[in-house]
Amino acid sequence: MAAEITLAMPRKQAIGTSRAELGDRLFIQGGKLLWLGLLILAVLLPLLAIFWRGFSSEAGQGGGWLAARELVNSANFHWLLGNSLKVSLSVAALVVPLAYLFAYALQRTLIPAKPLWRGLSLLPLMAPSMLPGIALVYLFGNQGLLRGLVSENIYGFWGIVLGEAIYTFPHALMILLSALTLADARLFDAASSMGAGPWKAFRSITWPATRQAVFAAFCLVFTLTITDFGVPVVVGGDYQVLALEAYKAVVGQQQFGRGALIGMVLLVPALLSFAVDAWLRRRQGDAMSGRAQVFRPAPSRVRDGCFLAIVLLICAVLLLVFGMAVYSSLVKFWPYNLSLSLDHYFFEDSAGGGWLAYRNSLTMALCSALIGSVLIFTGAYLMEKTGGSRGLNLVLRMLSFVPMAVPGLVLGLGYVFFFNLNGNPLHVFYGSMALLVVCTIAHYLTTAQMTATTALRQLDAEFEAAARSLKAPLYRHYLRVTVPICLPALLDIVRYLFVSAMTTVSAAIFLYSPDTILAAVAVLNMDDAGNVGGAAAMSTLILFTSASVSLLLAWASRGLLRRSQAWRQGAPGH
Amino acid sequence: MFKPLALASAVLCALSFNAFAAKTELTVYTALEAEQLKSYKQAFEAANPDVEIKWVRDSTGIITAKLLAEKARPQADAVWGLAASSLAILDQQGMLQSYAPKDLAKIGPNYRDAANPPSWVGMDVWAATICFNTVEAQKQGLTKPVSWQDLTKPEYKGKIVMPNPASSGTGFLDVSAWLQTFGEKQGWQYMDDLHQNIGQYVHSGSKPCKLAAAGEFPIGISFEYPAVQLKRKGAPLDIVLPKEGLGWEIEATAVIKGTPHEEAAKKLADFSASPAAMELYKENFAVLAQPGIAKPQTELPADYEQRLIKNDFGWASKNRDAILAEWRKRYDGKSEKVAQ
Repeated sequence: MAAEITLAMPRKQAIGTSRAELGDRLFIQGGKLLWLGLLILAVLLPLLAIFWRGFSSEAGQGGGWLAARELVNSANFHWLLGNSLKVSLSVAALVVPLAYLFAYALQRTLIPAKPLWRGLSLLPLMAPSMLPGIALVYLFGNQGLLRGLVSENIYGFWGIVLGEAIYTFPHALMILLSALTLADARLFDAASSMGAGPWKAFRSITWPATRQAVFAAFCLVFTLTITDFGVPVVVGGDYQVLALEAYKAVVGQQQFGRGALIGMVLLVPALLSFAVDAWLRRRQGDAMSGRAQVFRPAPSRVRDGCFLAIVLLICAVLLLVFGMAVYSSLVKFWPYNLSLSLDHYFFEDSAGGGWLAYRNSLTMALCSALIGSVLIFTGAYLMEKTGGSRGLNLVLRMLSFVPMAVPGLVLGLGYVFFFNLNGNPLHVFYGSMALLVVCTIAHYLTTAQMTATTALRQLDAEFEAAARSLKAPLYRHYLRVTVPICLPALLDIVRYLFVSAMTTVSAAIFLYSPDTILAAVAVLNMDDAGNVGGAAAMSTLILFTSASVSLLLAWASRGLLRRSQAWRQGAPGH
Repeated sequence: MFKPLALASAVLCALSFNAFAAKTELTVYTALEAEQLKSYKQAFEAANPDVEIKWVRDSTGIITAKLLAEKARPQADAVWGLAASSLAILDQQGMLQSYAPKDLAKIGPNYRDAANPPSWVGMDVWAATICFNTVEAQKQGLTKPVSWQDLTKPEYKGKIVMPNPASSGTGFLDVSAWLQTFGEKQGWQYMDDLHQNIGQYVHSGSKPCKLAAAGEFPIGISFEYPAVQLKRKGAPLDIVLPKEGLGWEIEATAVIKGTPHEEAAKKLADFSASPAAMELYKENFAVLAQPGIAKPQTELPADYEQRLIKNDFGWASKNRDAILAEWRKRYDGKSEKVAQ
């Protein structure tokens, strides 16, 4: 019997199988190798250039083994490290619970006007990190609007914590929103039929499904904070942190070696969180099965009221900060002449390329968003959903985790060292828009990838198994099933990359040429030249551009989403 | 196999394109104030219609760091308007092309590299200034300081901002001047006392004056250019030139060694040292590298140049690392000072 059946259509099946297999292998292996090559070029080699710099003991560069030992043993370093850890832990402890509550409110309650709150919560992503800093100074500085409310001025520990909290909030929120998107209603039904209250249901269903994302968000906020120098530069006062020290070593003292050494120290948290993430991952199975029913929260006035209050409070703080920044860009001469004018928006006579910088930023952001999202999401898919060599997957995951811990400044310097090396054929890209795009994608790779990974991990591996048993080529399954299901996450990645590219300054500052100067660099140049009004104006311009593009994206994808996400609204009508 | 070929032909194409192009594009790194760039560029291009300037502007620290980072393959053709002490570091690294501009003879002997031909040639001088906010002074009952020593008075506790010498050229110029005028021991003692009054160390030299102008901190240790500009814009500032004398630094021009546009870069060096350029500089600065051209600025006293200290750049450049290390040990990261 069996023999007859196999004989019935032997040729066709054999050919079909081998073609599909060949295509799959090309898609999986080729894709992974391509991704590996790109990661090596854009992340590993520039980073190695930093290590080479850090351990080469060229005179006056502050690098080398001796300098490293001296640095690690110095009291100053211990103080800086202590400050960095204190600030980063405080920010993470403050931001992650708030972001979780916010994300929970948006995904699991029935509060009104969700899109509005969600849009407002993304505000900090859409301006350079100096903008919250500037606003905090206008609010709580010595001449601040609300100076009377606080006993000390804002400069120092609390300034950094508040600024970083605002800066990192949407980063954490993105991960948690994504983790809370999908829930299986059957589990909640089962829980309530077994008499479990909402708190019990949360602890035994929601929390286990999302705690890994909580950990990921915690790590992300921690490393973002410990590696950022934009906020400490503006509101740190004399409270110094490690990232600022790296910035100062390089910019002020031209000690690339010392900057590179501190950069290496800042790599440690990322490596640690990678290890723990890998360990957690082994313990967690797939959260979402293919037969899941979409969870819809039941109405509850008390719950929704509480969450609405929390959401309103957070949004009010954000609005206050960003409103203040926009307002300060319109004030003629703070605090002595408060009349409003558009003077600060005439960039012709100020530093930094003005409108050319703005146009360049648009180009750069578009390229980074489009190219980056395709590359990153596909890369994440290949790593998560296809088998193959464990070693290769591990290497890919490690490489793509690294950029998060590399301060943009250090990454930018690595690019300078590597791409400007004598004899490197890639030198032609130096100072070009292409390199800025590559550097930006590499710099923001990890968060985008974590969003993709979190979304992908919630899809059952059954989907791939089904595709395989149907003998459908994997790439087709990827394009027709995975991408549509994960469209919300994918669009978040596009938006994230666009706004990050619009706002990035730390890496780009070493990579731009006169033709490719960027708006965010212009902000820094203007701020540095003391033209704070102009800096606020350019930041406001960046803010409104990012916001409009995000809104446009949301609007354009709405119809698309409604179609492809219909399965989430329960059983579709025939 | 193909890549070197393709590259070579691309380079050849680029070169021949440049040869036929009407203008040479000259990449010029600068730390000049942004408002100055436009008029300087226009004047140079009017005198040299075959050259077009592409600016890369940033603060002294960043531009210097950038030049050093690109040492293996310089992107700049020339530097127009960078601190002489930074150019001295580049010179030590062998990155500058010595060149004697046409009007070198007219340049004051103190305002150029001593070597012949010089590696860099000065343009003008910028010097330390205290910016004092009169409105805030009245509000907070502060007396106007007249000397560096005055700044250590307890009444100014937490009211003074100065640039961090580790990141700012202006900050280093202050520290180096105090050490030279007060002597090494008293100099550090002075900074110990001053440190008690500092509200903040910032990273750029013009920012303290801007902060003073905005009243964020009533006293800013800065330099005269932003002080004069802000005062002209109506900021409530008094420009204080401390009586012990002012630290100063030369803004200078240099040609980068190995530039493919050496001829155009030399034209820039020629222009920067010419009387025509001095006419531009004098709008912004009171002391110029060519004596006899400067006009007194109404905001500054007539004897301004005499108030500059006798500055030993060789000493400052040689001891830069040691001074910064000591400064950092004393004032950078002193945990007891942190207000939390």
